[in-house]
Amino acid sequence: MSEFLQFLFSGLTVGAVYAMVALGFTIIYNASEVINFAQGEFVMIGGMSSVFLLSAGVPLPLAMLAAVVIAVGIGLALHALAIEPARGASVVTLIIITIGASILLRGLAQVVFDRQFHSLPAFSGDVPITIAGAALLPQTLWVLGGALVIVLALGWFFTRTLTGKAVMATAHNRLAAQLVGVNVRFVLMLSFGLSAGIGAIAGVLVTPITLTSYDVGTMLALKGFAAAILGGLGSAAGAVLGGLLVGIAEAMGAGYVSSEYKDAIAFVIILLVLFFLPRGLLGGKAAERV
Amino acid sequence: MLLQTRGLTSHYGRIQALKGVDIAVGEGELVALVGANGAGKTTLLRTLSGVQPASGGSVAYSGADITASAPYRRVALGIAQVPEGRQVFGPMSVEDNLRLGAYRRRGDDAEGALEAQFARFPVLKQRRAQAAGTLSGGEQQMLAMGRALMARPRLLLLDEPSMGLAPKIAEQILDIVCGLRADGMTVFLVEQNAFAALSIADRGYVLETGRVVLEGAGRDLLADEQVQQAYLGV
Repeated sequence: MSEFLQFLFSGLTVGAVYAMVALGFTIIYNASEVINFAQGEFVMIGGMSSVFLLSAGVPLPLAMLAAVVIAVGIGLALHALAIEPARGASVVTLIIITIGASILLRGLAQVVFDRQFHSLPAFSGDVPITIAGAALLPQTLWVLGGALVIVLALGWFFTRTLTGKAVMATAHNRLAAQLVGVNVRFVLMLSFGLSAGIGAIAGVLVTPITLTSYDVGTMLALKGFAAAILGGLGSAAGAVLGGLLVGIAEAMGAGYVSSEYKDAIAFVIILLVLFFLPRGLLGGKAAERV
Repeated sequence: MLLQTRGLTSHYGRIQALKGVDIAVGEGELVALVGANGAGKTTLLRTLSGVQPASGGSVAYSGADITASAPYRRVALGIAQVPEGRQVFGPMSVEDNLRLGAYRRRGDDAEGALEAQFARFPVLKQRRAQAAGTLSGGEQQMLAMGRALMARPRLLLLDEPSMGLAPKIAEQILDIVCGLRADGMTVFLVEQNAFAALSIADRGYVLETGRVVLEGAGRDLLADEQVQQAYLGV
């Protein structure tokens, strides 16, 4: 039992990070049908920027805040310099552009930062809390709490503010959104900024547990993508559910089967979902009369 | 003239859908555009609202050249389009659909505008919390019109508002269009039901393969032999 609980805690922690990456995918996908494969790099930029700002003498909270701002800036630059000039190109072309951007960002990170693994100090110490024989790191609570706050904030933004509703409207019907006066370029820019910010927050929160390095983004993007597919591409609730499920499946697989196969589990999930449940768990369309 | 196009052309790839269209709509007028399927009626409306780029010619609105303006700027200037097929935001509530119509009017009296639409379309008030996609075709058409009116436009572009509706509902929709005109709204109406459109219009244009082939007062066009043969099935 305590073993199961232990695996569950670790699964929820990484799952929350996958969920945040999957949310980033979802936001940009809804605005443009583009899968932004540079999503994992935002997580890396969040973690690495905090580490280097901290070592440059910036206090931790300020370093974390600055790291998120830097990531948002890079997200906006990615939109302005790579996506916007290719406006009108096919979705596949745009996806390839994001893959190129991800390689570029990884390369730049090697030069600007370095090729080592880095960590951040845990926000509230390293003394584990014991629950039914399983150890829970306080940082795990930060990760889960951070993910929860992001989910609630996004829920509020998309259902309670006119700008958020305009983003949703653009996802539902781009033409009609343009006709009521929504600037769809602004919506896409906003989506890139928002996704970058969420990724960076995930990176900042999880670095004390999982460490970070210039190339952690690739694997995070693939697993976040698996989570988004499992939950149903385009559904924010699905992204969160998918992220947690992928994380838990991975932790259980690593614990009960073999940690050798840990990274394979996400890909097995992608294949199974595409074979048997191509719309994902929550991807079904709402009732609509035509 | 509130709206005037000169030599307007538009292409879908290599296919030219508009081949030099000259139309004018005066303040307070109800102008109908009729023509067969594929004549370019929808393309013309899309070019007027800016979601389809013009490849040549010009669009002037209230004296200013808006040929290259983005769609959202045209909405802010007072041009609202009710698109073909209604295009409501299906999963969102009726009220949210309407509020989004006032997206370029933030800070203005959104509540007042909302109440005005509920007064014009009482059925929308009954259904305000319901998902727009679950409304009937006629109700969706009313919602699409209400949404466009939320922007308080000076010029309303209506694309096939009676399409796919039962005759009785279609008549009701056209009555609403007459009501808007009576309130002083400028309306540019695209219809396949040429008889209905020309009977309520001040003036009309007949579009054929991307060109205006006839224009005149609504009544004169109704009496025109060519129009009768081609579009009225007389």
